[in-house]
Amino acid sequence: MMTIVFYGLAAIGLVFSLVKSREKTKMALIKALKAFENILPQFLGIVLLIGVILSLLSPQQISQLIGENSGWVGVVIATVIGSITLIPGFLAFPLAAALLQNGAGYMQIGAFVSSLMMVGIVTMPVEVLYFGKKATLLRNGMGLVFSILVAMVIGGILS
Amino acid sequence: MKKKSVELVKRYRFFGIMIAVTLVILAVRPAMGVQVYSLAISSVLEMLGVLPPIFILIGLLDVWVKKETMVKYMGKDSGIIGVLLGFFLGAAAAGPLYGAFPVAGVFLNKGSRLANVFIIVGAWASMKIPLLLFEVAAMGWQFTLIRLVMDVIGVLVIAYSMERILTDADERQIYELARKMNQ
Repeated sequence: MMTIVFYGLAAIGLVFSLVKSREKTKMALIKALKAFENILPQFLGIVLLIGVILSLLSPQQISQLIGENSGWVGVVIATVIGSITLIPGFLAFPLAAALLQNGAGYMQIGAFVSSLMMVGIVTMPVEVLYFGKKATLLRNGMGLVFSILVAMVIGGILS
Repeated sequence: MKKKSVELVKRYRFFGIMIAVTLVILAVRPAMGVQVYSLAISSVLEMLGVLPPIFILIGLLDVWVKKETMVKYMGKDSGIIGVLLGFFLGAAAAGPLYGAFPVAGVFLNKGSRLANVFIIVGAWASMKIPLLLFEVAAMGWQFTLIRLVMDVIGVLVIAYSMERILTDADERQIYELARKMNQ
């Protein structure tokens, strides 16, 4: 669905641009290609890394590790797994729900979902290209701390 | 010429290492190797779903939006408008977080304030509108609401702390990187 919206937006933008100026539209497309080529090598590497990580960690294995009684150890494990994996959101929530049903705790799932979104160790190579090492480490570090806070609040209220 | 090929090797080093690693996996544990490649292919397909239009929009923005306009709405003195626009842009976006970084790059390059760009990245990461529906369906409204409220606070706190912690030199380096990536 979002794919259609985004391709639609880009198409509308291109049509408007073409009507106003062919020359500038051509420049925009060249810029788009160059911007993509700039990060292509990192993307290709990341895609393979995601494949390796996800085939090492199956949902069954994750839910064994972060069960209701796993406590703080479970929160830490959930945060680590969330930080290194990269699962698209529309798969992540059904996965989180399945993990809950398989015995994972709310606090641990809160940590998992939050770190999944805020912390991206796998995508650091791309982030560094734009923000440099210091800002990248800072952002991910703060995201990590924040995820644990979210876990505590969710665990405190929901369980 | 030689310098260019050194550069090329450096840029593709990580990809080369990953190719080697996955080939070793394929040789030692064929079943896992096949799984790795099929997961990688589905990631590529997911990327193709969102990245080409994002990059086209980046190109169009780069060509059509004047630097002064960006500075006015997202720059140092943009105030609450810059903050709200940052949240809106991030939350309305689709696709994984790595799509946010090139967008951040073009915004920085056009003179956006650092904190506002970090708000885009933070909102993009954690509070995408399309995903909220999935979240409510899978996790319930309580879980979703707690996370959403905390995320708004968290995104702001992280964005402003980052701007404070990073020195002027760091900031200059970030704008320089953004310029390089948008050449």
